[in-house]
Amino acid sequence: MALLAVSNLGKQFGGLQAVSEVSFSVERGMIKAVIGPNGAGKTTLFNLITGSLTPSSGSVLLDGRDITGHRPHQIASFGIARTFQNIKLFPGMTVLENVMIGRHIRSSGGFIASMLHLPWVLAEEQRIRQAALERLEMLGIAELAELEATSLAFGQQRAVELARALAMEPDLLLLDEPAAGLNIYETAEVGRLISSIRQLGITVLLVEHDMSLVMDISDEIVVLSFGRKIAEDVPEAIQSNEEVIKVYLGE
Amino acid sequence: MTLELFIQYFFAGITYGSIYAIVAIGFNIIYNTTGIINFAQGEFVMLGGMISISLLPIMPLPLAIAAAVALTMLYGALLEICFIRWLDNPGVLRMVIITIGLSILTREAALHVWDESIRSLPYFVGNEISTVNVLGARVSPQVFWVIGACGLMVAFLSIFFQGTSVGRQMRACAANRKAAVLCGINTRDMVTFSFVLSAGIGALAGCVMSPITSTAYDNGTGLAIKGFTVAILGGLGNSAAAVAAGLLLGIIEAFSVSVLPLAFQDAIAIAILLIILFVRPHGLFGSGTAAGLKEF
Amino acid sequence: MRRLLFLLPLVILVVGVQVLTDWTDTRYYLTQLTMAAYYSLLIIGLCALMGYTGQISLGHAGFFAIGGYLSAALTTRNLAFFQDQAFFRLLEGAGILATGQDIYGAELVVVAPWAACLVAIIAAALIAWLLGIPVLKLKGHYLAMATLGFGIIIYRIALASEYFGEADGISEVPPFLLPFGLEVSGSFAVREANYYIAWGLLIMGLILLRNLIDSRVGRALRSIHGSEDAAGAMGVDTARCKLQVFVLSAVFAAVAGVFLTHYNGGIGPSEAGVMKSVRYVAIVAVGGMAHLWGALVMGVVLNFLSLRGVFGSYDDAVFGLILIGIMLFAPNGVLSLLNFSGVLDFFRRRRRRVKEPGGLR
Repeated sequence: MALLAVSNLGKQFGGLQAVSEVSFSVERGMIKAVIGPNGAGKTTLFNLITGSLTPSSGSVLLDGRDITGHRPHQIASFGIARTFQNIKLFPGMTVLENVMIGRHIRSSGGFIASMLHLPWVLAEEQRIRQAALERLEMLGIAELAELEATSLAFGQQRAVELARALAMEPDLLLLDEPAAGLNIYETAEVGRLISSIRQLGITVLLVEHDMSLVMDISDEIVVLSFGRKIAEDVPEAIQSNEEVIKVYLGE
Repeated sequence: MTLELFIQYFFAGITYGSIYAIVAIGFNIIYNTTGIINFAQGEFVMLGGMISISLLPIMPLPLAIAAAVALTMLYGALLEICFIRWLDNPGVLRMVIITIGLSILTREAALHVWDESIRSLPYFVGNEISTVNVLGARVSPQVFWVIGACGLMVAFLSIFFQGTSVGRQMRACAANRKAAVLCGINTRDMVTFSFVLSAGIGALAGCVMSPITSTAYDNGTGLAIKGFTVAILGGLGNSAAAVAAGLLLGIIEAFSVSVLPLAFQDAIAIAILLIILFVRPHGLFGSGTAAGLKEF
Repeated sequence: MRRLLFLLPLVILVVGVQVLTDWTDTRYYLTQLTMAAYYSLLIIGLCALMGYTGQISLGHAGFFAIGGYLSAALTTRNLAFFQDQAFFRLLEGAGILATGQDIYGAELVVVAPWAACLVAIIAAALIAWLLGIPVLKLKGHYLAMATLGFGIIIYRIALASEYFGEADGISEVPPFLLPFGLEVSGSFAVREANYYIAWGLLIMGLILLRNLIDSRVGRALRSIHGSEDAAGAMGVDTARCKLQVFVLSAVFAAVAGVFLTHYNGGIGPSEAGVMKSVRYVAIVAVGGMAHLWGALVMGVVLNFLSLRGVFGSYDDAVFGLILIGIMLFAPNGVLSLLNFSGVLDFFRRRRRRVKEPGGLR
């Protein structure tokens, strides 16, 4: 069974059909990319999968379970993590604290227990901190742990956001333009990073504009144009797909 | 309920309703150009009434009203220039708090200038007991002054926004601020102007209503809440709908007097406000789809 | 235990002030310090809601009033009338009635203060919960207006209902007896004890809130302030978290209302007024929004000055001026101007090296 199965997904904003009848599936352990020109509905698609938007039609299945129309926090707890196109780190908090929030669904200290600082809550707090530090070390940014997250350089903020998502130990990771705003060296680094994320057993679905990165790392590619899926295939086939070329180069 | 009583309530309703509508339009004008709610809106109404009352002994009534409106407009401009203009991209919470602070300061200043007593302008025509007969019901002529003045203001505003260059520039700001800047419109001046305009209409409303409702230093808050209720009821930013919503609230309030104790009359507007915020924050007349893209 | 060490300077200060007033024979200051402590209890609760979670409330005087008024009404309104009715016997059986005599010597049967206090606090929590479900979906202006509307309704109810004494409020509220022979009342004999009760309560509240902020839930609350979308994507149930902290801050307000009402021996409608709510918001803002210590310090100082009558008839104007001044020139609080926070950081654990979350963006 596919880890993620999107079928006939549609979203309408007033008269605008932002996404219509999009279907595809992502197998476990795969890196899949969604590409398409600006305004093709890629980010809307992500927002539909993660529950930020409610679909007008269609369904999303995670590991066979229908998650359509669930709230974002529920979908996160089902095992989907995401990053944002315009990085959304929490201001006024350290890098470490930002990543510790990624452990929210993997911990359970409640309101009253937290207020009383019960011993098991304190023990859990130590485990959360440890797990967050491990993610920072994995991404090589452990030395930034105590700095304010939103004061970092752009590329570092991307890394923090990724660490935060990884701290959730998701089954599926959605990356919204992970290489946007990065130079070619950083982009190559992101490519290596995504491949290594796969080694952790995390399935990756990404939206990306950088074709060389997409072609390099993806197992399969979905192409959207004006909210519709126009192709889905392995990278080599996509590169020679006439309709895709038409969409990208114009007629 | 007799027809007579019905008409009496009805007229009371539209009198208050048109005042609420003017306050709501004042909210809308500023909201449209800045995206903020000016919590001091009710204070403009109070100032209009108070200043005209103070000027009355030294000049004839029409002149006193004109001067009061002009002074309140000046005050509106000063508020904007001193406290809002130079802020660089302030958050909503910060703006809410600043305008609340301005409202408090204005009210406290009014308290120290005019003390706690309740004053009013004389009736424009006749006195408090002169009436006009409408279908057998007795209605004070001042009611027609209020309705007439408010109607004229609405007409003036719609001509202003449709037909004049400044009005069109303000609408451009409301539609898309960035695009307006790129078209060479000085959006900062437009914001100042929106404060001047809503101060002006608020002050005039404060003058015409003063003979009926009286004016006291703490009138503003109540009017602001009612005006905001009306603005929300009609859909924030939509001034035509605000007129309809204002009349609706006024009439509901007027007729509620027959079933509810007077002390709870104010609670009606607030209850309506809460209900509308919970059920349809985009207003009675707003579109649900457009609201889906807005943040409440 | 180590983490409680940060309180030591505060405890020393509290005791020191009491000893000082004893020496200098200025014990009358303790009355206002006691009252200021209760107001500050409400303010630090509001700080958790506004500063850390980013949700404005212009209705917290309403929760204070719900606590104060309910406790006052239950402990003063004579139930002797209902002696024959079933619910009366039920209450009597449960041991939550107290008897006494009114000033004319007639028999007076009222609800015991501890039970009244409990009822008042639970009522405030329940109302906050019911109100919070729809209200906390709103943001910005809409949330501000909705909470303001709630506050005005509470004010109107207090002002218009005979049960709550209309414009006069409720007076002759009996003392609230605590274990160990302590009582919450304004009588001079127990002034020192009450000073310590109030400050004990405030410090307890401070510990609870600091613990909360410094935990998994606290991080979740701060993340909601930062970005609700991102918090949701991290699995934080934003609606639930906001509701919980809203109810918590309402409970803090209600507790403050109950204790202050018994301490003053009465409550009037001005306690429910909009100006009070605005004042609480002002103090949280002055304290630096997301700054429990700032809220506490400013809460005590400003309330003390206001209660001493330092601002005279300009009381409300002063708070309006403070509000505007802070928002214009120092949106992160006055302490940020003095860089006093460095000193405060020293008393907190020094682990956190960044600034507290900037309250306003």
